[in-house]
Amino acid sequence: MDQFIVQILNGLDKGSAYALIALGLTLIFGTLGVVNFAHGALFMLGSFCAVIMSRILSASHKVAVPGETDFLGNPLMRDQPYVYDWFGEAAGATIVDWAVPISILFAIPVMIGVGFIMERGLIKHFYKRPHADQILVTFALAIVLQEVIKYFFGANPIQTPAPEAFDGSLDFGSWLGFDPLTIMYPYWRLVYFLFAALIIAGVFAFLQFTTFGMVVRAGMADRETVGLLGIDIDKRFTLMFGIAAAVAGLAGVMYAPIVAPNYHMGMDFLVLSFVVVVVGGMGSLPGAVAAGFLLGILESFASMPWMVDKLPGINQIIIYLVAIIILLTRPRGLMGRKGVMED
Amino acid sequence: MSNSNFTRRGVLKTGAIAGAGLTLPTYLRAQDSGFTNAPTGDTVTLGFNVPQSGPYADEGADELRAYELAVEHLNGGGDGGMLNTFSSKALDGTGIMGKRVEYVTGDTQTKSDAARASARSMIEKDGAVMITGGSSSGVAVAVQALCQEAGVIFMAGLTHSNDTTGKDRKANGFRHFFNSYMSGAALAPVLSNAYGTDRKAYHLTADYNWGYTTEEAVRSSTEAMGWETVNAVKTPLTQTDFSSYIAPVLNSGADVLVLNHYGGNMVNSLTNAVQFGLRDAQANGKNFEIVVPLYSRLMASGAGANVKGIYGSTNWHWSLQDEGSQAFVRSFGEKYGFPPSQAAHTCYVQTLLYADAVTRAGSFAPCAVAEALEDFEFDGLGNGPTLYRAEDHQCFKDVLVVRGKENPQSEFDLLEVVEVTPVEQVTYAPDHPQMGGADATLGSCNNGA
Repeated sequence: MDQFIVQILNGLDKGSAYALIALGLTLIFGTLGVVNFAHGALFMLGSFCAVIMSRILSASHKVAVPGETDFLGNPLMRDQPYVYDWFGEAAGATIVDWAVPISILFAIPVMIGVGFIMERGLIKHFYKRPHADQILVTFALAIVLQEVIKYFFGANPIQTPAPEAFDGSLDFGSWLGFDPLTIMYPYWRLVYFLFAALIIAGVFAFLQFTTFGMVVRAGMADRETVGLLGIDIDKRFTLMFGIAAAVAGLAGVMYAPIVAPNYHMGMDFLVLSFVVVVVGGMGSLPGAVAAGFLLGILESFASMPWMVDKLPGINQIIIYLVAIIILLTRPRGLMGRKGVMED
Repeated sequence: MSNSNFTRRGVLKTGAIAGAGLTLPTYLRAQDSGFTNAPTGDTVTLGFNVPQSGPYADEGADELRAYELAVEHLNGGGDGGMLNTFSSKALDGTGIMGKRVEYVTGDTQTKSDAARASARSMIEKDGAVMITGGSSSGVAVAVQALCQEAGVIFMAGLTHSNDTTGKDRKANGFRHFFNSYMSGAALAPVLSNAYGTDRKAYHLTADYNWGYTTEEAVRSSTEAMGWETVNAVKTPLTQTDFSSYIAPVLNSGADVLVLNHYGGNMVNSLTNAVQFGLRDAQANGKNFEIVVPLYSRLMASGAGANVKGIYGSTNWHWSLQDEGSQAFVRSFGEKYGFPPSQAAHTCYVQTLLYADAVTRAGSFAPCAVAEALEDFEFDGLGNGPTLYRAEDHQCFKDVLVVRGKENPQSEFDLLEVVEVTPVEQVTYAPDHPQMGGADATLGSCNNGA
């Protein structure tokens, strides 16, 4: 039973990442009709926003360490962050320590800007082209973005830790009456899950309860009629692209302490996120979220040692297996709408 | 009037043979000089096949820096580096046998097929007489087999799997880097001293060739010391979040987690293990411990503070105080501004060893070079007295057991050497079961077509 709960918890944070990426993908597909293969790269860029902010806050000057020498025998120089000089050592250390949460403030405008530039600069020229062309150009863009990141940050993963306050794990088992240390759940993963839930709720509330959101939903249902009413739906959809990019970016920022950012991490998530979108139902936002969590949890269960022992390789194929079964039984996915990608 | 012996049939026959000869790839025209890509002018070309893209691109970049430094030293540039400390004095800074060393590079992408394609291109198009490099055992085994077929020497870079000089050993291939067996043999006594002999280990193993041999080596060495292996789970090479694999470890009855992972896998699995509180946990009345059999400084920097106090093994470390290591660190550090990695060290040493073997053999012919390398004993290259064993073309030398440093002084100062395991302790028979047993043979040396 305890292992069952452990894997549900593990699935929740993985599912949160899938859900956030798939939510952005669905937003773009639902509004602009574009299959955006660069969406994983946006997740990766978000992670690197955390790396960049961490480096900005740790920007240092050299101070000599008396009596110590470096590997060449020269006087040892220690990096002293400027924030230590400006705010004192204790406050400076706290600022550096909280780099990842602070990155959220940095990532939101950056990612909306990246999304805006992507949409206006490249993707809008492909609206009237076949889906295959859109896939090719966005996939190429993803490769360009990851190579740019590799050029500046190298190929090795870059450790970007969560604040010290979130070090360690919550003994979930003790809460539920199990033996101590049987169900451990890192605090940061709990934060990630709550953060994802907040973002998802925010996006839904934005679409459901604001006039802007109402127009966007109307545009998703019938773009032409909304246009005939004199509303510039294109401008709103461009903003939605920016919001979708920000959602993916924020998913990436907060994921940085879970998996050390590397230039390829977007590709690792991209294919799975597309499967999530298809299983959830093309164009369905609740479907994307539900499928994200469902597949995240299933993947966790499939990685349990006794499961891998009994069915070797099941951990690598489970998501695709479930996708096949769902598409055979419900061709439009879990919550797919009639008419989406069926013309 | 003179009579000519030419006949129409004879001209056609000669023309056809000459035409066919000219259209053959360069390396198949070895009969001219007796071996593939025999250097003809006043230069000789070496092929550096390193990952310039893909997950090990940073290690590849460091390998390339080391190769460039080696070429500079061979051609008489710089401060000479390890040429000054190498026990063999055959090299004099005038290139190799008086020929200036030039090089071409290829990108392995850490993919066997791409690595073979780039090695083939360097041999066929660029006339490389020797191929070296790589940062993966899969790549090393694949490129080594290609070099064997093509008739050139392969001086392996960073490859740690037993198979490279075990079941997949080749007469034209040579490895200076240590291997999984040696890691296990060096680590086990240190682990047993540090953590006791009554331990239960749980292995997470990368699901490919290197992972299997490392798990096998560490398991057999630690079990021989009295440890019990509770479980061993294979993890996909593409895995980034290891939480599903880490979470069950605490309830498995194990009190040690062995991460048979390298590169990004190691960085992420170790980070996840620390996040799940394994380092602070207690199991079976003891502190829970984590072990990483193969450490690299580049990977340790990726894992950050998580490596503190964690044991592993490494082929070489820049903090070593012997004359050779110091000379190399000085040359490399002054040229590039930071200390070299173990990948850079092994690549630099392999280039010098090849050049030295050619000079001592008096020939670039692969079989002559191989003969000069076999059972060659040397010193002054950073690992103490070393033997290139003839039976499997594996270097035998001391192995370093390292631990993540608690109080690093700089971003490079991440590992501390806790023990130099003597070579006798890591030496094994050429037909050891982990090395392919009695069936494993080098085959015959190949000079080319």
